[in-house]
Amino acid sequence: MILGVDLSYWQVSVLRSLGILVAVLLPAGTFVYVFLFKMVSFMQSRLGPMEAGPFGSMQLLAEVGKFLQKEDIVPERADRRLFKLAPYFVVGTVLLVYLAVPFGPDMYFANLKGGVFYILAVSSISSLGVLMAGWSSANKYALIGGLRAAGQLIAYELPLVLAVVGVIIQAGTMNLSEIVSAQAGGSIFGFDGIGNPYLLTQFIAFGIFMIAVQAELGQTPFDMPIAESELVTGYITEYSGLRFLLFFIGEFASAGAFAAVAATLFLGGWAVPAAWADLNSNWFNLFGPLIMLVKMMILGGLIFFVRFTFPRFREDQLQKLAWTVLIPISLVNILATTILKVAF
Amino acid sequence: MTAITDRQKLAYANAQAADGRVNIEFETDQGMTLNMGPQHPATHGTLRVIVKLDGEQVIDCEPVMGYMHRGYEKLTEVRTYPQVTTLVNRIDWLGSFANEVPFILAAEKLMDVQAPPRAQWIRTILFELSRLGNVSLFVGDMALHIGAISAAFYALRDREFVLNQIEAATGGRFHPNFDRIGGLKDDLPKGWIADTKACMNKIRDFCDEMETLVEGNEIFQARTRGIGVIPADIALQFGLSGANLRASGIDWDLRRDQPVGLAWNEVDWNVITHPDGDSFARFWVRLQEIRESTSIIDQLLDGLPSGPIMAKVPRIIKVPEGEAWVATENPLGEMGYYVVSKGDLGPFRTKIRTASFNNLSILPWVCRGVLVPDVVTILASLYFILGDIDR
Repeated sequence: MILGVDLSYWQVSVLRSLGILVAVLLPAGTFVYVFLFKMVSFMQSRLGPMEAGPFGSMQLLAEVGKFLQKEDIVPERADRRLFKLAPYFVVGTVLLVYLAVPFGPDMYFANLKGGVFYILAVSSISSLGVLMAGWSSANKYALIGGLRAAGQLIAYELPLVLAVVGVIIQAGTMNLSEIVSAQAGGSIFGFDGIGNPYLLTQFIAFGIFMIAVQAELGQTPFDMPIAESELVTGYITEYSGLRFLLFFIGEFASAGAFAAVAATLFLGGWAVPAAWADLNSNWFNLFGPLIMLVKMMILGGLIFFVRFTFPRFREDQLQKLAWTVLIPISLVNILATTILKVAF
Repeated sequence: MTAITDRQKLAYANAQAADGRVNIEFETDQGMTLNMGPQHPATHGTLRVIVKLDGEQVIDCEPVMGYMHRGYEKLTEVRTYPQVTTLVNRIDWLGSFANEVPFILAAEKLMDVQAPPRAQWIRTILFELSRLGNVSLFVGDMALHIGAISAAFYALRDREFVLNQIEAATGGRFHPNFDRIGGLKDDLPKGWIADTKACMNKIRDFCDEMETLVEGNEIFQARTRGIGVIPADIALQFGLSGANLRASGIDWDLRRDQPVGLAWNEVDWNVITHPDGDSFARFWVRLQEIRESTSIIDQLLDGLPSGPIMAKVPRIIKVPEGEAWVATENPLGEMGYYVVSKGDLGPFRTKIRTASFNNLSILPWVCRGVLVPDVVTILASLYFILGDIDR
């Protein structure tokens, strides 16, 4: 029963398959327009696209049309098969990440028991695509970019996992739907007026998670794999046309995906922070996705604000930051969470 | 299609051989050769840096110049003296007016002409304005190379104020072509002095903004401090000049140490030095020099003498026989012209000493052992203009 309409199993399945495409493309498109086109323009004292559509809102469609018309070039000495396959890995990863994220009590694509575990596992697949792209391009910049991405993976994956462990301990489950209801029905030291959004009680984990996400996405303080002033554009250097577009969509869609994951883990997901709200109400199937989108936009704004403000780290500095700062802090956070969990 | 002559074929073969020689030298050893340029975002122009890598560590690096050689030294020989300023404008295209001044001064020295005081003061003001236009872009450019995009836009935005002032006075935003033998083309327009003072306030605000946004940023400091350290003695050996030399702790500024008749000695200002000699020091010195320049301009505007802006010079300029060398402290460093005259309408031979060419020669020394991102940091902090290297 979704929104009072009785649907058979296959109808629900078709709706969910179509829904995941919407879930990937809609936030990605919104992110590109709101953050890449407009927010950055206002930050840099310019207007951004203004010609295509009202306030340039159709600019993205124009860009897609442009990329579709471009020639699909494969370098002569490239490993053709890997080269053509790589962008699909990057985009496919985003689809897999969205699979486990709930957008309402019944608005999910798959209600996985180990949802958090699953997301952390599949999110690394995109690095494989990046490495493939870097290696198969037969370009030294691309190769260095791909290897940097692989090296970065080791540095940020561990803090990412350790940050999430705090949330898992507090919620007592790895299922994302249950984490959402744990936040909505929780209490902060006895006060349960707004539930317990883990942003308030797991703020250290939230900070580490967002830093690690920044690295996972390859956004600016950690954009060494792309590093446009050093490596031209790193692993994307040789791509053009549709395949470049796929990388581009992948970049912004995965920003949306991780904003969705962070919103679910730390901001209460599709629920509102109010104890009186009935979480099983059908209205949340309708408004849950919208609430999610708002929370994703807030987190996306954070990600892109940092991206357009900060300079870039060096690869070794990222490793140093991860191993000497982020991992010890997240271990301490886990310890503190465990003690408090047992004590209260 | 036009037929390819033997001569063109030969030139092509020679170019290939020269290219091959450079590459073979690097490929025979173990390690990877990375060709940064001639088209590369960090070389902002057509500089080519061949970097030999072990992993990401630079073992050896060699700058290859000459992709934008335009033969200005030779071209001056077929131009008359007033026409040469049009050419030399294009050497350092961000600080164009500063290129004209030393050449005109050299010609004046040969002719034994002195520009009237007002002309000298306005020259100095425009000289410093072109320094602002040049160096303020460096500040944004350095941040851009380290990865902060927004700072570059702030630099472009605020440089516009300076360019507007240059345009208001000379009629040209990038290439004023305003300096004449014996004085200047025109006097300053009405209201220009007040506008320029307002502009100087904006530039000082820009400096404050950059100090908090870029210089105070921990990531920026981590990326620049201790990277590309040039000790004072090495800097002298490689013939560095300008801010690169002062960042190594050497107190040397031609504006103060080699007066050429311009008005720097009339006002009160300091030469900025920094003892560290690393990329951060070079950034810091340039940023402080922007502040110093604004104060110089403010003082010059206050004390601007009245009088004519042109000395008495003949209609057709013939420079008497002789040789003259004049160097000034340009935005990029020491720039000088050695002009040889045989008494004709144009110079017989001109040697142009540009700062970037010498500043870049230290690159192989300073890049040894650093990582690839640091090569970009060092390139950005040494600050060159391709036109100034290849001329």
